[in-house]
Amino acid sequence: MIKYTIKRILLMIPVILGVTALIFILLSLVPGDPARLILGNEATVEMVAAKREELGLNDNLIVRLFRYIKDVFLHFDFGTGYYSTTPIASEIIERLPRTMTIAFFGILVTIAIGIPLGVLAAVHQNGIIDRICMLISMVGVAVPEFCVAMILVTIFSSRLGLLPSHGISSWVCYIMPVMATSLASVAGLARNARNSTLEAIRSDYVTTARSKGVKEWKVIVHHVLPNSMIPVINSLAGTFATSMGGTIIIENVFSIPGMGQYIVTAINNRDYNIIQGSVIVLAIIFSIIMLIVDLLYAQIDPRIKAQYLSAGKRRKKVQ
Amino acid sequence: MNEKNRGQFLSVEDLVVEYTSDGEVVHAVNGVSFHLEKGKTIGLVGETGAGKTTIAKSIMRILQEPPARIAGGSIWLEGTDLLKLTNKEMYEVRGKKVSMIFQDPMTSLNPVHKVGDQIAEVIQIHNNISKKEAEKRAIEMLERVGIPAERYIEYPHQFSGGMKQRVVIAMALACNPELLLADEPTSALDVTIQAEVLAMIKKLRDEFDTAMIMITHDLGIVAQVCDDVAIVYAGEIVEYGSKEDIYLHRMHPYTVGLFGAIPQLDVHVNRLAAIKGLPPDPTALPEGCHFHPRCPFATEECRHGEIPNQEVRPGHFCKCLHPEEGRSL
Repeated sequence: MIKYTIKRILLMIPVILGVTALIFILLSLVPGDPARLILGNEATVEMVAAKREELGLNDNLIVRLFRYIKDVFLHFDFGTGYYSTTPIASEIIERLPRTMTIAFFGILVTIAIGIPLGVLAAVHQNGIIDRICMLISMVGVAVPEFCVAMILVTIFSSRLGLLPSHGISSWVCYIMPVMATSLASVAGLARNARNSTLEAIRSDYVTTARSKGVKEWKVIVHHVLPNSMIPVINSLAGTFATSMGGTIIIENVFSIPGMGQYIVTAINNRDYNIIQGSVIVLAIIFSIIMLIVDLLYAQIDPRIKAQYLSAGKRRKKVQ
Repeated sequence: MNEKNRGQFLSVEDLVVEYTSDGEVVHAVNGVSFHLEKGKTIGLVGETGAGKTTIAKSIMRILQEPPARIAGGSIWLEGTDLLKLTNKEMYEVRGKKVSMIFQDPMTSLNPVHKVGDQIAEVIQIHNNISKKEAEKRAIEMLERVGIPAERYIEYPHQFSGGMKQRVVIAMALACNPELLLADEPTSALDVTIQAEVLAMIKKLRDEFDTAMIMITHDLGIVAQVCDDVAIVYAGEIVEYGSKEDIYLHRMHPYTVGLFGAIPQLDVHVNRLAAIKGLPPDPTALPEGCHFHPRCPFATEECRHGEIPNQEVRPGHFCKCLHPEEGRSL
């Protein structure tokens, strides 16, 4: 298992380098000259040429790519934005924790509500509890996040005055953003959990467990859940990606200076340096989350774990 | 049935089970009665869909309700009606007094738990002992079914079909049940393994002195392990008697048809005799004798009314108006 973990971590390197190369090349192909963008329309051709030389834009694309990779991964230097002198790296270090806080607590709330909701619905299939759970999740899927965010602000900030409508002055500010990001994923996760739980409940090994005299709640917890959670855990990585994406909108609604807001502003300003840097950092985070999910997956399902172990054994024989 | 049957070890009386799907009622079991003495084995024989498994699951009360519904009857085990027990009381019965071996060993074990733990679980539930003690006894059970102790920590996917069925058998017998329900325990296995597993069930049944209901469509298995035989057709027992009654003096045309479909080594035939037609649609069972559309001896009176269950010889019952014709076949 340790061997597999190391292998998976090493595999992350080409993935991240690949993403870096891809985003770098794509942004280089976008029409428009960064030097002209920085200097504005009034700048003379000579000034632009000098700026191009300064930015190293006259070099070959491949040379620039390798220079960028060297800067980023050896010196943790993403350069600066076009319109400011603050290093992108320090901007990201400051902003990333805010976004991660929203995404992390968002996914936590999603798991804490979505999975019990889905399992409860499955256990009481076609009953009144099932109907209520599925109604809630249907509403959750149908209403877009920013809409939820607006409704929350209207209720809790404007009417009741309980929660601040924007900013990051204290932890209370994070409550509504977390609620808004999690609602849509709660709905998706609940449906997912319901389906896989229903499938597990109908399987033969559950009948076997019942025939052993296992109490019904224990059948659910001990026999149904470990099996029904396998596909759910797999989908959690995707849910996390969605909720990270969701924070981009949410951060703008609640004026939270996080990664989402940073990227949106950069896109509006066509500040390619910032876009590149942010996307690479997000790619690294996704890779780590995928790794965690995969390891968790193997931990819960012995069949998957066996595959890794036997793959290791096979290699030993070859040597 | 009368009071005296309630003194029996197991007595199933007029059991009626229905399934409801899309508003249609499927009549799976229609008034089945039989009884079983301690330590004896009865075989329930019939085609797929005849209601055999439903009868067994009713005794365990592990039918999925809904869609299933036990609509009537009673199941007496040592003087208590299992159908009247509360869920809580039923937990004490399942796995301890009555246990079950399922048809498909590939799916009847939980893929995420160690096989040993799955056996230990049932031991721990029904005996007031520590987890360690339960594990020790689970290892003993594994060894009794011919699986080495070191495989305790393995998962079902590491076992072959025959080995899995041994685990299921070990699990079923772990608490020394008084009644074992074996639901086609060898159907999903290949022929050589079938013989092995069947021999093991027989051996352990005798060692533990367990009464058994053997559900099968294989008359060869019945001949090997059963004392009594009930032939099930369309949710009814059409013929019921000792193994000798059924094998040597079978009367119901359906039973005769089943035996006619067995190949014989000493007679050369190109085609085996099959029972004409298909089993009836359980949502719309034929009136009168359910077998009449396929029966070569059906007369006008077979098509209407209730067919009486006649005792043709002592202890040998046959639900047919013309048992003599069947016999002459």
